[in-house]
Amino acid sequence: MSAVSTTLAGGRTRAAGIGESAPRPDGVPKVTGEFAFSSDLWHDRMLWGGTLRSPHPSARIRSVDIGPAVAMTGVHAVLTHEDVPGAATYGLDHPDQPVLAAGVVRYAGEPVAIVAADHPETVRRALAAIVVDYEITEPLVDPSLAEAAPSIHPDGNLLRRIHLRHGDPTAADRHDLVVVEGTYEVGMQDQAFLGPESGLAVPAEDGGVELYVATQWLHVDRDQVAACLGLDPGLVRLTLAGVGGAFGAREDLSLHVHLCLLALRTGRPVKMVYGREESFHGHVHRHPAKLWYRHHAAADGTLIRVEARLLFDGGSYASSSGAVIANATCFAAGPYRVPSADVEGVVVRTNNPPCGAMRGFGAVQTCMAHEAQMDRLAVALGMDPVDLRLHNALTPGDRLLTGQVVTGALPVAEVIRTCAGSPSAAVRPDEPMSRPGGAGRTADATHVVRGEALAVGFKNLMFSEGFDDSSEARCELQDGVATITCACAEVGQGFVTLAQQIAREVLSVEEVVLAPVETATIGSAGSTSASRQTWMSGGAVQMACEEVRTTLLVRVAAEYDVPVDDLVLVDGRVCSLAGPLDVDLTAVTIEPVTADVVHRHAPTSPLDADGQGNAHVSFAVSAHRAIVDVDPDLGLVKVVELTTSQDVGRILNPIQALGQLEGGAAQGLGLAVMEEVQVVDGRIRNASFTDYLVPTALDMPPVGVAALIEQPEPGAPFGAKGIGEPPTISSTAAIVAAMREATGLDLPRVPVRPADIALADVVPGGAR
Amino acid sequence: MIGPYGLTVNGRRHEVVDGWVGESLLFVLRERLGLPGSKNACEEGECGSCTVRLDDRLVCSCLVLAAAAADRSVTTVEGLSAGHEAGGPLSDVQQAFVDAGAVQCGFCTPGLLMAVDDLLDHDPDPDDLTVREAISGNLCRCTGYGRILDAVDRAALARREART
Repeated sequence: MSAVSTTLAGGRTRAAGIGESAPRPDGVPKVTGEFAFSSDLWHDRMLWGGTLRSPHPSARIRSVDIGPAVAMTGVHAVLTHEDVPGAATYGLDHPDQPVLAAGVVRYAGEPVAIVAADHPETVRRALAAIVVDYEITEPLVDPSLAEAAPSIHPDGNLLRRIHLRHGDPTAADRHDLVVVEGTYEVGMQDQAFLGPESGLAVPAEDGGVELYVATQWLHVDRDQVAACLGLDPGLVRLTLAGVGGAFGAREDLSLHVHLCLLALRTGRPVKMVYGREESFHGHVHRHPAKLWYRHHAAADGTLIRVEARLLFDGGSYASSSGAVIANATCFAAGPYRVPSADVEGVVVRTNNPPCGAMRGFGAVQTCMAHEAQMDRLAVALGMDPVDLRLHNALTPGDRLLTGQVVTGALPVAEVIRTCAGSPSAAVRPDEPMSRPGGAGRTADATHVVRGEALAVGFKNLMFSEGFDDSSEARCELQDGVATITCACAEVGQGFVTLAQQIAREVLSVEEVVLAPVETATIGSAGSTSASRQTWMSGGAVQMACEEVRTTLLVRVAAEYDVPVDDLVLVDGRVCSLAGPLDVDLTAVTIEPVTADVVHRHAPTSPLDADGQGNAHVSFAVSAHRAIVDVDPDLGLVKVVELTTSQDVGRILNPIQALGQLEGGAAQGLGLAVMEEVQVVDGRIRNASFTDYLVPTALDMPPVGVAALIEQPEPGAPFGAKGIGEPPTISSTAAIVAAMREATGLDLPRVPVRPADIALADVVPGGAR
Repeated sequence: MIGPYGLTVNGRRHEVVDGWVGESLLFVLRERLGLPGSKNACEEGECGSCTVRLDDRLVCSCLVLAAAAADRSVTTVEGLSAGHEAGGPLSDVQQAFVDAGAVQCGFCTPGLLMAVDDLLDHDPDPDDLTVREAISGNLCRCTGYGRILDAVDRAALARREART
């Protein structure tokens, strides 16, 4: 690992720039407990807020009696939909979700009323005292019935259908092709960030409100909140509070409008913190999906045509479902050359919990399916599965299913080759604790079977389909200190470190201050999602710093009467290459130099009626190899080893990159073997960390990095691609494939449950 | 409401007045004593983010009534490096977490620091499985545990070296 500082002549050390494992600026406050997360906020005269949620997935509300709650000592406000002064609904792409239910509830957990009181216990009692008269109606819980069922929302039950048609539709009308077909299923995964939804709203003297909240995109929150409050956006000022993880679950509003309503009504600061059970009901999840595929290949393994039908359950409200199904459809066949395709992606509305963004965003579900298909195809062809993948690997110049030509770097074959060729350190564990079943010590070592498999996945970086995707940044250099202002939400990924590294690299300064992240001081940075912030906000910071450097050098050139082309910034000094000029940056920045920039990536186009178009900016690919032990008697699994290779463009911070690869793989492991939000008749049955299992240190094997493929991406800052999502995409597929290898079972569904293995011969296709 | 009671946290005596009898130790630390370092991720004893030391035992402070800790000694993450605010060093475990890149969002970090500190107090040279077992009650959603395990190795080495 690189050193974090470089020793300079004279014994000074320079803080780390690009390519070094610079330490996080928030690392020390996070280990001392001083770092203020959104649930840590406190304000004088603060009240506590809480939310009453529907216990029913589908019901009409005949009446809401808030009287008993209002009458309680310590209760300061009880609000319902009648108290929402502005827009009654909100939504990321489409405002279809009520701030508070008005006359109807569409999922179990939908907010109906909110309370502000002097103590969390008073809040709990007040919520319990509100009387809601529900007329329960039959919930629509089967997504396959949604389109034919009566509409459960004025906007209908179809959230989006994309019918992608690519190449020659008759390409497979031959008799010499090998055809494999399969149906796959992915369960509903929760982001399970550790820091629950929380925030603090403070009423302002100008009639506005200050909201301190954990989110992924302050400005899109601000606009939605202002619309619902009926306030000018300038009167709604959001500040990023410490974010305890996100993974997509903080893209949508949760308690934002509720907090502001309560603060404005009571005239006092109001804090709200969800408990874990409420958190499971308070944010969107990864879409559960059913996926049917048919692959056609020539005898030499060349893919000829892929057909697929993808059905995603969007739950009760749209959220980002339309963009998720677009990704699922566009990347349905994986990073392979497919000259002919017919893919229909459909996402529907049901009375299940709303689904939306989660790391991998549509590509996780399809990766599990297309990789299972590639393995089936390899068997049918009698080919090695790695060779089959290499034979069809996409390369720059090839077309995607959307007809778009890949123009940037896309080292598919390289990630496959390096991952598959990496030596394994896995041994047979002597220690019973390390076998499937772990602390239960149930596995009979002689029965344990081992499997090994590889999977590949890819997805887009940045927002797609013509979205105006931008990030704004400001750099001010004064007294030799750079101050960066950017509204990019730090959610744990380490943008704060990269922003400092970029500024140090460009300006050769030692000290880089990051200004508070808020809507009042700067424009939007866009969302911390879609693996986009290193590129978008990193690029904005780079541009702002470069503009400052240029302005500064022009100023110094004029002041010292030297040619500007002769000046360079080195180790905190402005030096002349030819002459004797050598001045400290501090001395020439007493008068500040400032630059404000807006960074946009290359424009994209919408998909046309056939799902064709240059809809995406850039792509990243990863491969995982999994080695898995299975106890077939009890259906228990131990993932022994994960190895990965990833297309990264360029590594800006090695230790942070490693953290993304390891952490992403852990979430993929969770989806493969344990994580599922279990929804029965529209109700979540396991809304706790007791019943929703997240991988622990005993579940997670070492992640070996076979290779980080550094092929600089044109247009990206320093050539760096976003790296957050790919590790979550191919890891699940690799693990379940290794379980198939170990057991010989089809295992068409993730997460694989013990009964799917142990009872496979009793209930074909696995037990439900 | 219950009568005033005393809590000794990180060596300092606090009086809790006007507390409700049902308040957890976690709530009182965070909301009454201004010590929000201990975290509130599940509040049912599953995630370990609220881990504190009560006398000489690790507990999930969300599962301990504050009044049950009256007149006992509580150590939180804020007490791991008491002199840090005054310019003193981080503790060995804190420093190792920073150096190893074991911190991402940081929400699990305080609980993990308490768990690792306690582990190394009892076992200065734990093997991999012992470490994994010791921190298996602390959920981390960001890191996949790789850098955390590296941090434990670094901290163990630093503590052994400090003792010799």
